[in-house]
Amino acid sequence: MEKRVDKDGLTRRALLGRAVAAGALAVMGAGFIAAPDAAWAMEVSVISPDEMATLLQMARDIYPHDQVADAFYAVAVKGYDSEASKDLVAAGVAELNAAAVAQGHADYLSIGWEEDRVKVLQAIEGGVFFQTIRAGLVTGLYNQKEVWPIFGYEGESFSKGGYIDRGFDDINWL
Amino acid sequence: MATFDLNDDSVVVIIGTGAGGGVLANELAQKGVKVVALEAGGRYLPEDYINDEWESFGQLAWLDARTTSGTWRVAKDFAGLPAWIVKAVGGTTTHWAGASIRFQDHEWKALTTYGTVEGANLLDWPIDAAEMAPWYEKAETKLGVTRTGDRAGLPGNNNYKVFEKGAKALGYKEVHTGRMAINSADYDGRMACQQTGFCFQGCKWGAKWSAAYTDIPAGEATGNLEVRDRAHVARILHNDAGKVSGVEYFDKDGNLQMQKARIVCVAGNSFESPRLLLNSASSMFPDGLANSSGMVGRNYMRHTTGSVYAIFDKPVRMWRGTTMAGIVQDEARHDPSRGFVGGYELETLSLGLPFMAAFLNPGGWGRSFTTALDHYENMAGMWIVGEDMPQLQNGVTLSEAKDQFGLPVANVHFDDHPNDIAMRNHAYKQGIAMYEAVGATRAFPTPPYPSTHNLGTNRMSERPEDGVVNRWGQSHDIANLFVSDGSQFTTGAAENPTLTIVALAIRQADHIASEMSRGNL
Ligand SMILES: Cc1cc2nc3c(=O)[nH]c(=O)nc-3n(C[C@H](O)[C@H](O)[C@H](O)COP(=O)(O)OP(=O)(O)OC[C@H]3O[C@@H](n4cnc5c(N)ncnc54)[C@H](O)[C@@H]3O)c2cc1C
Ligand code: SF4
Repeated sequence: MEKRVDKDGLTRRALLGRAVAAGALAVMGAGFIAAPDAAWAMEVSVISPDEMATLLQMARDIYPHDQVADAFYAVAVKGYDSEASKDLVAAGVAELNAAAVAQGHADYLSIGWEEDRVKVLQAIEGGVFFQTIRAGLVTGLYNQKEVWPIFGYEGESFSKGGYIDRGFDDINWL
Repeated sequence: MATFDLNDDSVVVIIGTGAGGGVLANELAQKGVKVVALEAGGRYLPEDYINDEWESFGQLAWLDARTTSGTWRVAKDFAGLPAWIVKAVGGTTTHWAGASIRFQDHEWKALTTYGTVEGANLLDWPIDAAEMAPWYEKAETKLGVTRTGDRAGLPGNNNYKVFEKGAKALGYKEVHTGRMAINSADYDGRMACQQTGFCFQGCKWGAKWSAAYTDIPAGEATGNLEVRDRAHVARILHNDAGKVSGVEYFDKDGNLQMQKARIVCVAGNSFESPRLLLNSASSMFPDGLANSSGMVGRNYMRHTTGSVYAIFDKPVRMWRGTTMAGIVQDEARHDPSRGFVGGYELETLSLGLPFMAAFLNPGGWGRSFTTALDHYENMAGMWIVGEDMPQLQNGVTLSEAKDQFGLPVANVHFDDHPNDIAMRNHAYKQGIAMYEAVGATRAFPTPPYPSTHNLGTNRMSERPEDGVVNRWGQSHDIANLFVSDGSQFTTGAAENPTLTIVALAIRQADHIASEMSRGNL
């Protein structure tokens, strides 16, 4: 899924009330980033909405799961909107966009195909920025309990008495 | 529960309360020996354990600083976490999966059986299978190991059924749900396994044996054992005669205390035990205690591990039920025609989604990685555990880095031996073939995780120049200093180590108690 940067500077209310073409993520100049269907919205206070949109797209490209909605990726990268991370993010996004330019694109977010964005990511994958984002996602994305059911994982089972009567050996296709 | 005075120099001090130290403490206490067990971690019981991989890891894992070096992939992917072990009363027996198998007879004599292997520092154990047999039996009874004595095997879960079908398709004969320290029926006041599937996070039912809620409270009930938790031993002290006389430790509040001792037993697992001996260097023992051979910290072994995961076109739900109750033993034999000495076991293994994401292919990203996880529900998994070669340069040295107490931390160096690599590749091939025989559509030879089996860094030897301790785990140099954990392993064998650690601890307790009563210690 691609992100579209919208420089119109709409208010959050206007944004959430607006219907946008499906599949596009709106980044608003007013410090908000939101799903076009208004399923979720995220406020950024330290880093710019553009930077957050770039992180989100990066997260999707690093660990692409087409059945996992943007909202979960947004949760995973939300922590970078902080004083502690802002320099890393600013330098990293600049590095990423420079790599995109070097490969003939306007910037990272403007690249239409995942395949081409991945080539840009590969150019920076040895660096601290990429490795920080990737490593953070391993827990940031996959350790969200709300994500687990999408993969079929059932989480804790003690409170339900384990699987002794709930299918620990129910495989039926062997 | 007993309490002993810091100046009581009649007590045996045990450092660490895991498989080795926890069992030794109880066994000595049962014989009337007074014991102070010092444990760096806190106390957690089944009601405290958490059915959540990362949260549990945060609760129980040893997270104090360590550093790494060498060509092993762990040094790159998990530079500060060379091992996955526990810091808690009961040690890593809270995390362990319970696989409990004896060494094969020839594995006690690796040098004799395999001959000299270039680059390997092989040695025979000074003890053998016949000598260990009765101790193994006691250990199996203590742990309630299934398929030993009259204890039934565990039922097979989904992951096992896939594994078994693949193994049989390849013609493997020794395939079953393992010899497990997990109750298949009520045993020793603990209930039967409820197949919750969080064996690595501490068994909330107490169905899996752990020293935390068996040996430790049993020892305390005798009135002869005092366990001090959150007591981090910094240094072992000695007197002018060169005998150990006590230990210095940081207590719960970070205050330095000194406990006197008649005997000191080190059981901090294979990184912390040699680190402690090295950090205890003095003018009399400038290279560290018990180190006249120069072998303290060397010959580190971690088993030739690796995993194979595979995806099928239908659901497996491998996480349901026991984490590791399934084994193929046909490849455990020594058969150099396969291109390596020693052998390996294949055991079922499952990880939850969070750990799978971290360990399937550390550092991996992009669709090749994520399409594997997309089919998590259709995945089956197994673990390879094989004998690796002891090498002189592999092991623990003191790092430049310091821990929260200002003590130099362990640096863990490891390079695979060519024999390890040949064995791992053979095992990957066999594991993948097993799953393909059941219709796997894709398979993953997954690299070793941070080490769970840590062995050999204070090894046992007949001759003082070859190792750190003798046949009783007693220091060659200092008669009242013992090593009681997996670091005393001379070689690693193909089997999961804990049953052997426990059998050695029971045997060592017997020896220490009788030497004490004879006045020799
Ligand atoms: C996930 C997992 C699964 C496993 N599954 C199996 C299995 O199925 N079968 C098997 O055989 N083995 C298994 N193991 C390995 C097994 O747990 C270990 O081999 C065994 O627990 C090692 O015993 P030990 O006494 O050497 O050390 P540990 O059990 O690790 O105990 C050492 C203790 O010493 C304490 N300590 C260290 N330094 C100090 C200090 N300076 N002062 C005070 N205390 C200190 C530590 O906090 C710790 O509690 C598994 C391990 C893991 C992590
Ligand atoms: S599967 Fe069995 S042994 Fe493992 S944690 Fe659950 S009840 Fe305990």
